[in-house]
Amino acid sequence: MTHPPRSGPPTRRTFLDWLLSRTLTTWILSTSAGGLIVAVFYPVARYVVPPPSAESAASSVTLPFTPADIEPNSAKVFKFGNQPGILVRTPTGELRAFSAACTHLGCIVQHRPDLGHLWCACHNGHFDLNGINIQGPPPRPLEAFTVNVRGDQIVVSRGT
Amino acid sequence: MPPLRGKLEAVWTWLDDRLGLAPIGELARKKKVPVHRHTLWYYLGGMTLFLFMVQVGTGILLLIYYRPSAEEAYESIQFLMAEVQFGWLVRSIHHWAANLMIVALFLHLFSVLLLKAYAKPRELTWLSGFVLFALSLTFGFTGYLLPWNELAYFATRVGTQIIAVVPVVGESMLRVLRGGDDVTGATLTRFYAVHVAILPAIAMVMLGLHLYLVQRHGMSTPRSVEQSSGAKRSMPFFPNFFLRDLVGWLTALAVLAALAAFMPAHLGEKADPFASAPAGIKPEWYFMFMFQTLKYLPAHILVFEGEVVGILAFGIGGVFLALIPFVDRRASRGEASPLITWIGLGIIAFIIVLTILGYAANPTA
Repeated sequence: MTHPPRSGPPTRRTFLDWLLSRTLTTWILSTSAGGLIVAVFYPVARYVVPPPSAESAASSVTLPFTPADIEPNSAKVFKFGNQPGILVRTPTGELRAFSAACTHLGCIVQHRPDLGHLWCACHNGHFDLNGINIQGPPPRPLEAFTVNVRGDQIVVSRGT
Repeated sequence: MPPLRGKLEAVWTWLDDRLGLAPIGELARKKKVPVHRHTLWYYLGGMTLFLFMVQVGTGILLLIYYRPSAEEAYESIQFLMAEVQFGWLVRSIHHWAANLMIVALFLHLFSVLLLKAYAKPRELTWLSGFVLFALSLTFGFTGYLLPWNELAYFATRVGTQIIAVVPVVGESMLRVLRGGDDVTGATLTRFYAVHVAILPAIAMVMLGLHLYLVQRHGMSTPRSVEQSSGAKRSMPFFPNFFLRDLVGWLTALAVLAALAAFMPAHLGEKADPFASAPAGIKPEWYFMFMFQTLKYLPAHILVFEGEVVGILAFGIGGVFLALIPFVDRRASRGEASPLITWIGLGIIAFIIVLTILGYAANPTA
């Protein structure tokens, strides 16, 4: 197949100029290309966002251990819905509960009997037995829960 | 002509007629590597590439036994280590080659930085290399979680929580990253997909671009060497440089085998989302300097939370490093840029000192 000789020197912009001069063509091309991109990427973007998990409805939990299981100056981690909580018995025998997720970067705190308070191993954060951040990087106190003892049962609830 | 050689040449000609191999042969014959007192640094890129190939090979082998779920991941690795013939070897080589690759990558990055090899016209070579560096750290971060052990679980809890400091969209990004509000089995499958499919695909494209650019521009000769008097020496890439590369790769393979045999990868305790973080929790060594810096920051700096300031500072530092060819205009003009050298040395010193402090610190103090 032979092509007719071009008139004038071919320029790199020729095709682009030709295309841009056809406003209707560019409009159709750009909108359909845009539509195609949206049609592909919108479902992909929605796909990678996880569906909302059922909110932990429980505003209170009954712990799987009894008050006798926890010695003074010690603590136990428990499940509060799908969150970790920590139940502390103070040296004076009082039971207190907090969210166990460190307010710094979310590690699970532990009770240090040698220090007599709560400690996060990840970045060396310290909380006193009221859950107040006293040393290290944590910016806020631990969320406090309400503890009620009914006979052998310990019930921990959020809020007042 | 010996008959075998004749046959090989016939095969070559047959392939050349169809694929057009002659330019590649020509390139291999012509490619030269400058020889001077900094030539040693030229081997680090190839070393990183070799270790990456080891990762691809051992990674594919690990896929055969690994099960990506919170219930089975830990047990599948236990089975791999205890029951599968040479399972311990494959996993240990994957573990050690990952570490050595990051070492080679750090050395490659900082040698290129200090020798100013990023200068014009190699800006895109640096940028593609920087992307490969970021990909490698992401490979390390996502791969660390896959055995689903205690250390990995908490390292991932902390590491992912960091994204929440991004203003406005941080919390949503955290949910996408974790596949939910917490680090769970959903996080594991996500990290698995990223580690074995998404990152390798992006890394292959970036690696192709990086190697193409290295071929296109050739090795960069440091300014000090270019300005020195005396004859400029060089060696052919093939076979002289290539054979030296091979010696390095064989040495690396021997080191890998020794490390895998004498210090096999540990598995530790299975992750328990309802247990306290154990004392001595720490990330992989190449994240240690950032981890340690976060420990030193106070809870509040001015009105901001300490961790936000620290993480933003690392982010800005990373962007600065990525854009250094565009910051350092002097090097592009062929002039000395001592300020960039000092900044580079400062970054290296910071990383080394904080890494040492991270390992020296008493975890319970």
